Amino acid sequence: MEGMIAHFAAGIGASLTVIGAGYGISRLAESALEGMARQPEASGDIRTAMIIAAALIEGIAFFSLVICLLLSFIK
Amino acid sequence: MTNLLSATTASAANAAAEAGEHAGGGNDAGAIMQRLIEHVYDHPVITIDWHPFGWEWLDLSITKLTLMIWIAAALIFLLFRALASQQIKKGTRGRYLNFLEPFVLYVRNQMVYPIMGDKMGRKYLPLFLTQFFFILFCNLLGLVPFMATPTANVAVCATFAFTTLFTIIVMGMVEQGSFAYWKNLVPSGIPWPIIPILFPIEVIGIVIKCFALTIRLFANMTAGHIVILSFLGLIFIFHTYFVAPPAIAFALCIYMLELFVAFLQAFIFTLLSIIFVNMAVHPEH
Repeated sequence: MEGMIAHFAAGIGASLTVIGAGYGISRLAESALEGMARQPEASGDIRTAMIIAAALIEGIAFFSLVICLLLSFIK
Repeated sequence: MTNLLSATTASAANAAAEAGEHAGGGNDAGAIMQRLIEHVYDHPVITIDWHPFGWEWLDLSITKLTLMIWIAAALIFLLFRALASQQIKKGTRGRYLNFLEPFVLYVRNQMVYPIMGDKMGRKYLPLFLTQFFFILFCNLLGLVPFMATPTANVAVCATFAFTTLFTIIVMGMVEQGSFAYWKNLVPSGIPWPIIPILFPIEVIGIVIKCFALTIRLFANMTAGHIVILSFLGLIFIFHTYFVAPPAIAFALCIYMLELFVAFLQAFIFTLLSIIFVNMAVHPEH
């Protein structure tokens, strides 16, 4: 029973992180697509900035993924 | 939850002969996943027991990831040797060099020169080209069968980020003067009681930014492999053949996503390094 708490906590932590990252990236994609629709000639710059911001948000989500992996696989 | 899992495995227990390689070590889900995840770990190929200076913590054995780093470096040297020795001239040069040249020109014209300017950018261009291509080749090597990803190890990613940290601090002190660099970390027009609060935050900020670089690269590479191994592990957990086609289809889609992530992470690492080095060598007023 004692070893199960770590696995349970890892699952809960990973799920909450995915909620936050998904919400953040979806708001980013909404603004980026609206900007590209309003001004199609700026779509190249908007696309580059969108990719960079998405990678940064994903980087934060991966911090907690590393902690969850540490919880699951280290006794 | 464990009751349901043991019931599943017990009902398909007569198909246990199919899991021939994994039989005998424990057929529950945890042991199977543990053995699959061990594909991500590192194994020594040539064990070297000699410790310099008697440091017992320094393990110099040649592991599989060390071999992968050597292979990546040799590949970069062999592939780009012909391109680097060409003189600059107009006109086509053949399909092979025309394939490699846009990657180099993209890093130079769209990443380094717009942010750092022409003169300063030309000075730091070799570092960023090396970082971009080395990380890209290390990431892509993990997608070849029977090979490993060097950047799926924290030490390798920390080494890449340490080169950025070294460049920030050392070249910042060289470009701006040794004492002026630390003085310019704090903006000039603020009242003096705030300086003891702001200065440690700025110094720790530099270290935290490089730490974020390593964790982003490491976690992206490791997570891709673990997801693929988890999908393939579902086949062994359920002990039936019917799980195999959807599991392999999912694993294939994640594999294609990992190919995109390999390029993207090399690009993001190099771009953030360019921005940090630019902030260090160009004093902002």
